[in-house]
Amino acid sequence: MVLEIFQFRKLIVPVLVLGLAIIFGLNLNDWNSNASFFNNMVKIDNFSVAFAGLAIFVTLLVFILSTDYYAGSENNLSDYMTILTFILVGALMMFNYSNLTMLFLGVETLSIALYVMAGSRRFDIRSNEAGFKYFLMGSFASGFLLFGIALIFGSTGSFDLAKIADYTIQNQQNISPLFYTGMFLVVFAMLFKVSAAPFHFWAPDVYEGAPALVTAYMSTLVKIAAFAAFYKLMSYTFFYTFEKVAPVLNIVAILTLAVGNLIALSQSNFKRLLAYSGISHAGYLMLVILTAKNQTAGALFYYSLAYALSTLAAFAVAIPVFKAANSEEISAFNGLAKKNPWHAAALSMAMIGLAGIPPFAGFLGKYYIFTEALQSDYFYTTLFAIITSMIGVYYYFKVIIAMYSQPANEAKMEQSFNYNLVLVVCLILSIVFGIFPSSILNIF
Amino acid sequence: MLSLTLLSIPLIASILILFTRGNLSRSLALVFTLVQLAFTAYAYTVFKSEGAAAFDFLANWSVKPVLNIHFSMDGMSMVMIMLANVLLPLIVLSGFNRDTERPHIFYSLMLLMQFALNGVFISFDGFIYYIFWELALIPIYFISFNWGGENRAQVTLKFFIYTLAGSLLMLFGFLFLYNGSPAHSLDWASLSANPACDCNQSWLFWLFFIAFAIKIPIIPFHTWQPDTYTTAPTQGTMLLSGIMLKMGTYSLLRWLIPIVPDGVKEWQYVAITLSVIGIVYASVIAIMQRDLKRLLAYSSIAHVGLISAGIFALNLSGFQGSMVQMFAHGINVVGLFYCADIIMNRTQHGEIEGLGGVRLVAPKFATCFMIIILGSVALPLTNGFVGEFMLLFSVYQYNTWLSVFAGLTIILGAVYMLRMYQKMILGNPVKENMNFPDLMWNEQLVLVSIGILIIVMGVFPGPILELTEPVLKNLIK
Repeated sequence: MVLEIFQFRKLIVPVLVLGLAIIFGLNLNDWNSNASFFNNMVKIDNFSVAFAGLAIFVTLLVFILSTDYYAGSENNLSDYMTILTFILVGALMMFNYSNLTMLFLGVETLSIALYVMAGSRRFDIRSNEAGFKYFLMGSFASGFLLFGIALIFGSTGSFDLAKIADYTIQNQQNISPLFYTGMFLVVFAMLFKVSAAPFHFWAPDVYEGAPALVTAYMSTLVKIAAFAAFYKLMSYTFFYTFEKVAPVLNIVAILTLAVGNLIALSQSNFKRLLAYSGISHAGYLMLVILTAKNQTAGALFYYSLAYALSTLAAFAVAIPVFKAANSEEISAFNGLAKKNPWHAAALSMAMIGLAGIPPFAGFLGKYYIFTEALQSDYFYTTLFAIITSMIGVYYYFKVIIAMYSQPANEAKMEQSFNYNLVLVVCLILSIVFGIFPSSILNIF
Repeated sequence: MLSLTLLSIPLIASILILFTRGNLSRSLALVFTLVQLAFTAYAYTVFKSEGAAAFDFLANWSVKPVLNIHFSMDGMSMVMIMLANVLLPLIVLSGFNRDTERPHIFYSLMLLMQFALNGVFISFDGFIYYIFWELALIPIYFISFNWGGENRAQVTLKFFIYTLAGSLLMLFGFLFLYNGSPAHSLDWASLSANPACDCNQSWLFWLFFIAFAIKIPIIPFHTWQPDTYTTAPTQGTMLLSGIMLKMGTYSLLRWLIPIVPDGVKEWQYVAITLSVIGIVYASVIAIMQRDLKRLLAYSSIAHVGLISAGIFALNLSGFQGSMVQMFAHGINVVGLFYCADIIMNRTQHGEIEGLGGVRLVAPKFATCFMIIILGSVALPLTNGFVGEFMLLFSVYQYNTWLSVFAGLTIILGAVYMLRMYQKMILGNPVKENMNFPDLMWNEQLVLVSIGILIIVMGVFPGPILELTEPVLKNLIK
């Protein structure tokens, strides 16, 4: 804001990117430090450092994209950037909370900023709808979360993750029914945030309506943050009472996989397609939540990383294409292979990565998740996940087919250094992590 | 270390070719495939004198989940590597007088395909094998899709999803074995040494069998094949039918039989019956075809049906016959599709009717085509004979009646092949064909080399039998 007053608009993004790069470094510095702050409200451990690193990296890439995305718009760049930064702040709280109130604060900081961003194209009715819908539905989920936290506090007398876990272990025989109610409410709220079926209805509309850049941010960072927080909750706090929610989560996982993959088949809008693909990926990540008891954070991290890289690469191609064609349908990609063969090849790689076909990181991520799920005896769920990932290929390839077999449209795509930079970084990392996975797979 | 060189030559070539343009791309592709062929010959001599040790490569990829990279070599792999690397220069050469759009991408994908195929044949760890198996699918998909004919989008997508569906079932099978084996190892040696691993082999068999049956293809998993063969560009069809299809039959011997032996025994009768049904069914349909490429596609189903029937007979002559026949069929089918391409290139259509008397204007072509057809109808002294004889003998050992039906392949094969030849090449001269140019230099080179291979292999099948015998004898136990 200050920069805008002094007419330093051009500096806003570079300064932010620089700042992010610095906190990325500072964050890595905390590796193995295991410190806790603010009366144990916040706890830094390797889990939170790793995910925070990923989140900051994703934000960095999105900010690099944003320079060109907002290049034409006159107003309020600083507002947008501030709000986007607040989303990151919320996400960071969701990684290192060690107290349920902190979790709530993180979720709210992230969500409120997101409601604003989803509706940030003020004169576009779709964007308004997205913001409003997300706000209404999200508030319900926040209500659930808060109510659940209150019930848990009522039965255990603490907000602290470790103390709640102690309570469940010490009172094995007589855990109060209030606690279970609270746990279920919290779990449902988290399921809403990760857009798992049947709590997924907001996702396609919001993804479609929100500005493309916000959709990119939402489908990567926000999803990762929600899953990391969810995972932490299941593996640190509710592990002892996990058996009670396991059947519910199992059904949710299967439902999410089915809904995400089946409905995606009939989509013609690229952002909706990615929304449903995001739901289906939430289904695969639900398998990690199901196995959270066995400390499968490595699988969660690797898969999130692979998913984020492929999705961001897809958006780095899609945003300029949308701009050129003035349309967000899959048909906007028609004939891209003839006009921009490199971009078409890059988007194909991103799509193949999302579909989970080797040699991209997406394949190993799935492989790891499936081994963990089988090890925990989720036999049929895994089989189902494998079948749905087959269905997934169909809709990812729809985009490839549009690029290669349809006649080209007139729209001319402008080249931009920033988009290409993000694209190249994402794809190279995706291949590198696909070929040399051990550094990431065994990070914890 | 030799195995890494086998892999790196085509990979490096594939990347280099991306940066070339025009005719340079295919010349470079030819040079590299010839280098790879020469290196394969060298690898063969090393294998003969030193055995597998020179090829062994074992490295850890990831600690958790346990992933290893293991390349090695044995007689079976050697035969398949030879097949792939003999055929690739011929396939590249066959494109020399054709105009291909964006040749640098086309040949780069082709070399990538060679990389993946070589990888499939020398992988001795389930995981890395699976990666190469999938990797082979991507270049062939883009080749068929970008350079294909009518309806390519639908046809190639069907092909892709069909084969991927099979692969994912196989992946599930491997995941299951991974969990079941105490060391969490997918190494071929440990899986085949300890095949039980407390898993239910009955349905593990199906997970693997369906994956391979789609690739081969065995009836009823074949519906992708005729469309894809017809739509794909000829060089793509050659890759598919000549080499890629052999991935399936090779994998039956390499993976299915050693790692789920009890499952194989349990379902042997189903598998062999399906294969034999495929032979008869595909032969009958081939007789009815009017389109040359479709006829060849169905004949290919019939031939590989016999190969898989021989494999599932589970005896030495079946295994050995299948290796010989895989090699022979790979060469013959590439020759056949090339002849079909030559005809379509000159007449602009692939109808069997409406063509005749080509022998009068193109005698060289007629002769080469004849030799290849004789090879594929298994005339004695051609390569097809040795394999088919051994395969039929093995099916006979399993069940007399099945062998009678399987034997129909020779009769029916002769019917559709010779009738097609008679109508198109002999027959009454049709006026429009009188300007059918005879073979050009590269076509001649390809077809003559194939003809020589057909006759040499028919007279001396010894080397292949000798190479594969120790491995296959081990498999019988």
